[in-house]
Amino acid sequence: MIRKSFLGLAKPRFEYAALTGAMPEILSIPPPKSVKFLVNGSFETKGKEAVKPGDEVTRGQKLIHSEAGGAYAMATVSGTVAAVMPHSGDFGKACTAITIDVAVAGDGDEQSEENQLLPTLETALDTLACLPGAPSFHNFQDQDNPIHTVVIYGGDSDLLVNTNQYIIKTKLDEVKAGIATLKKITGVEKVIVAIPGEMVQGYGHIGAEVKSVDLEYPAAFPQMIMKNALEQVVPAGQTPEHFGVTFMTAEAVASIGEAVEAGHHPVRKLITVVNKAGDLKLVSAIVGTPIRDVLDAVGISLEERDRIIIGGPMTGAAIYSEDFPVEPSTNAIIVQDKSDISHVSDYPCINCGDCVRICPVDIPVNMLVRFLDAGFYEDAADLYDLYSCIECGLCSFVCVSKIPIFQYIRLAKYEIGRVQAVEAVNE
Amino acid sequence: MNSRKKFIVSHAPFWHYGSNINERSYHTMLAALPAVLLGVFQYGLPALAVVALSVSTSIFWEWAFSAVTKRPNTVGDGNAALIGVLLAMLIPATAPWWAVLTATFIAIVICKQIFGGIGGNSFNPVVLALAILILSWKDIFYFDSALVDYDLGFIMYHPLVALKAFGTNAISDFSIGDLLLGRQVGGIGSTFGLGLIVGGIYLILRGFIRWEISVSFLVGILVSATLFHLADPTRFAGPIFHLLTGYTLIGAFFLATEDSSSPVNFIPMLIYGAVGGIVTVIIRSIGAYADGVVYAILVINMVNPLLDKIRPKALGKVA
Repeated sequence: MIRKSFLGLAKPRFEYAALTGAMPEILSIPPPKSVKFLVNGSFETKGKEAVKPGDEVTRGQKLIHSEAGGAYAMATVSGTVAAVMPHSGDFGKACTAITIDVAVAGDGDEQSEENQLLPTLETALDTLACLPGAPSFHNFQDQDNPIHTVVIYGGDSDLLVNTNQYIIKTKLDEVKAGIATLKKITGVEKVIVAIPGEMVQGYGHIGAEVKSVDLEYPAAFPQMIMKNALEQVVPAGQTPEHFGVTFMTAEAVASIGEAVEAGHHPVRKLITVVNKAGDLKLVSAIVGTPIRDVLDAVGISLEERDRIIIGGPMTGAAIYSEDFPVEPSTNAIIVQDKSDISHVSDYPCINCGDCVRICPVDIPVNMLVRFLDAGFYEDAADLYDLYSCIECGLCSFVCVSKIPIFQYIRLAKYEIGRVQAVEAVNE
Repeated sequence: MNSRKKFIVSHAPFWHYGSNINERSYHTMLAALPAVLLGVFQYGLPALAVVALSVSTSIFWEWAFSAVTKRPNTVGDGNAALIGVLLAMLIPATAPWWAVLTATFIAIVICKQIFGGIGGNSFNPVVLALAILILSWKDIFYFDSALVDYDLGFIMYHPLVALKAFGTNAISDFSIGDLLLGRQVGGIGSTFGLGLIVGGIYLILRGFIRWEISVSFLVGILVSATLFHLADPTRFAGPIFHLLTGYTLIGAFFLATEDSSSPVNFIPMLIYGAVGGIVTVIIRSIGAYADGVVYAILVINMVNPLLDKIRPKALGKVA
């Protein structure tokens, strides 16, 4: 982690570490005894096709709990459903956790019989959304904002995470096949591969336009890539999809390529694991593997009051249990020792302005935080650019008063969204 | 019921730069120390008594206010102690104990806590308190009468008062070296030019104050003083004299830069500092007071919220 140096005149500067030289070795985590999947939708709204404890499932089978929104998980192992439990995610998001006891101990990586992978958008939505890397096909269905460009980022938006950089450097054939498939099933003509740093050579044959992305954090955020590489500023409160651009990770595209080429679903997720000393290790684990198994395999021991982070250090999410599974979108697991944990405080803003000067999108954070602190979310949005925030977390990082500014911002957006949803229902 | 390990869960980001408020306060006091030490050395025990009383009563008022209002005790952040140090630096060594006690009460309770505590004050508490004191007990804070019993081996009248009364002839005896080394009449910690400059540079390099404010304040002083001097060299002193006398340096590095009452955007910081410098020289040259720093800083504190509206457009801001 970057600590304040003795001289504090220059503002802190983060760079994404470019993966160069010899590629690191991947540690393959053996198949676990049981796997867990989190499916969107609350436990209570159980659908007709819901899986029940005792059901036999095979690898590649869809696991459904509630049909709402077409949510499902993909079984990455064959076995017996052991439990179906309610699970509460961030901001109280209702999920259902499905646990499966793995049938074949030993090598669970054996191939099951083949799925028919028809390359149409519907089947992609139906079968490919839970691939490692979590490719999102929903955006292609939006009739109001037809997607014409797919941006594939060959890196990770957060610091320390190497997962997608590794994929783009080692699995180019899969990425290439994925791009071809994407073009076929979505009808999208333009595919842009964004590469961190200046190393844009060597990607000429993958069937996409290649652009370089700056290494200074947070240049890899979708809004920043839109602004710098695509020269399209996304207005506050809108998404790149409003402009017909959608983002996918390199791993998602590689998974699509692998699925279509090999005719079966890849089940292993590449994860950057960072131990307490800050050492990086790339591991591959079957989606659904408990975090505990991953940490055990890497040799990280946890103590009371340590912190486990899913995702990067700036934008990740802390979890409260080692039983939490590896999900299709889990790019990194970071473990912090209790002595390294920085705490937040409820001290008031002293108006030092460090946040204002580090903000990559020029938000007057010093004013914004006063409104958020007081709960004036509407004013914060109208007067002080709440919706310009790209959620990079730099303001909280530098805050002298240790105010959890990033959390305030997320909470404000959530609360406004909730009020708007209620208003929409009442109208 | 369960023996599972409990982990710390909190919101991102999971790193912090490691800066904190205590560090800012204590290092600002450290930067002020050379100037304070010279004052104590020059004026002896009375100066030490004023500094000690000012710091201790500031801390006391801060504690007392938080106790009475049942709010968390904020003494530990060092801001109250810093206010005590800065206030002591501005007043003469002869200030009586009750005046110091009142001064810190005004600074901590009226000028800081009533506005909401640290970060909430729209005026620099030290400067506002001093302005109230000067209006209330002119003689105590009038250096020529306060320090009349001292003979420290240098010119024992206040350079700015002499300039105001008699024009530039009266100040020809002041040498730059004397002014830099604190051989002039003034507050306990506001006369040692060299010490204040070194302290200010330290604070700038460490990132505790914003260089834009200090530099533009000093540039404002230099430019406007030069213009006045060119207009009438017999009445108005040159820029270097203004730079090294009165509260100019302590104002530029320690008072105008107070976080809560100063802007944070680049252009507003430059305007804020420059206006402070210009208003200072205008008051000194054609205003009613010999030194204008106190009122100049109150003026820029007042326009700060308006100035800070000059800011870059946020990414994606519509209209």
